[in-house]
Amino acid sequence: MAQSLNRLKESASQTAGPYVHIGCTPNFAEITGVYSEDLGASMVNDKTKGERITISGHVIDGADTPLKDALVEIWQADASGLYNSPAEMRGSADPNFTGWGRCPTDMTTGEFRFETIKPGRVPFKDGRLMAPHITFWIVARGINLGLSTRMYFEDEEAANAEDPVLARIEHRVRVPTLLAKKDGNGYTFDIHLQGEKETVFFDI
Amino acid sequence: MSGATLSNRKPETGAFYQRDLDWHPPAYTPQYKTSVLRSPQKALLSLDNTLSEITGPVFGHNILGELDNDLIHNFAKAGESAIGPRIIVHGHVLDERGRGVDGVLLEFWQANAGGRYRHRKEGYMAPLDPNFGGCGRTITDENGYYCLRTIQPGPYPWPNRANDWRPAHIHFSAFGHGFAQRLITQMYFEGDPLIWKCPIVDTIPDREAIEGLTAVLDMEATIPMDARAYKFDIVLRGRRSTLFENRREGN
Ligand SMILES: [Fe+3]
Repeated sequence: MAQSLNRLKESASQTAGPYVHIGCTPNFAEITGVYSEDLGASMVNDKTKGERITISGHVIDGADTPLKDALVEIWQADASGLYNSPAEMRGSADPNFTGWGRCPTDMTTGEFRFETIKPGRVPFKDGRLMAPHITFWIVARGINLGLSTRMYFEDEEAANAEDPVLARIEHRVRVPTLLAKKDGNGYTFDIHLQGEKETVFFDI
Repeated sequence: MSGATLSNRKPETGAFYQRDLDWHPPAYTPQYKTSVLRSPQKALLSLDNTLSEITGPVFGHNILGELDNDLIHNFAKAGESAIGPRIIVHGHVLDERGRGVDGVLLEFWQANAGGRYRHRKEGYMAPLDPNFGGCGRTITDENGYYCLRTIQPGPYPWPNRANDWRPAHIHFSAFGHGFAQRLITQMYFEGDPLIWKCPIVDTIPDREAIEGLTAVLDMEATIPMDARAYKFDIVLRGRRSTLFENRREGN
């Protein structure tokens, strides 16, 4: 018999359930006095470099109803395209930008909202630049394995046209599901879990 | 969050192993009714990791308060404690290569001993415990170990089919080194007969994967006359070595 790879299996995912906010954003869930603030509630400060933007949207189910119990996390590069991460080998990211945000959807309206900056471009594996984008991760009751997707910017037509990831989408009519719409100073990005407008989700 | 370096280990920059989607629950699991309208129906776009998935934020131990991993006391009035069977949960966070993963942010939440959550939308008749909030967090040490103290949560009924009960469980969120390593799961207790009747557990296709979420009673780690211990290990995605990657020919 040959040697064994001795690999372990990843722990199986389970739904975050209806009360994910107790664990991940307890202050939002009205459990106060345990943590001083909810993690991921603020991504920027006065000194953060880059163009300030607001991203808001909804996570919408197959009956066109926004989820009021979801949790959305985002991860993005700073204004010069660097990640605030130990695995970032190309330089040091803006120390005044965390790059990571976490937001529960509103219990009444289902809206999520992030105050952040527009990310710079990050290279793909072969060195070509990807278009500015933000990685999204969505968990909620009824979602058995957290869903990954990317948000791009509709007003970055030239960059989007040469983005190597967007280029992988076979059905071009689905590309717009990843494009945030410009809306005043901000962008709106709705995530559709299923149906005709289903967002392109990633197996990353 | 802080940029503080957590260990002397060189940061790893390899892509994560592909997720085994036959091992995880599929999105559409009609026995768990809420999944029906919340499950994507189209094929996922498979992507070998780019920098956007390989990187992730760092959580420094400095964010932690002294009682963050002590659910018996972190919400209780001074001198009081939560009601219920006192337990310690401890374990090792590893990756698929069997390496301990340091600096993993673990967040956990659970119902109280009667099976009731402290939440505005919770409707179960079991009483709230004024000294129990139900949330806690910790960060794994340099070798990937963690522990917490809590009370054993009760099982609870939930609206799905007419008579569905969740086995006693603790929800865990794990935040490892890369954003693509993000995982939420649940810990069950060895010997609980409800495990095999639960439609949420049943979303997991493989019995072995379910056993992998079932914590085992650990008498050696039990504190006599105080708290029983359960051991619960968590496995996160492994990643490739970067020896021959991230370098273009000629560069
Ligand atoms: Fe639960």
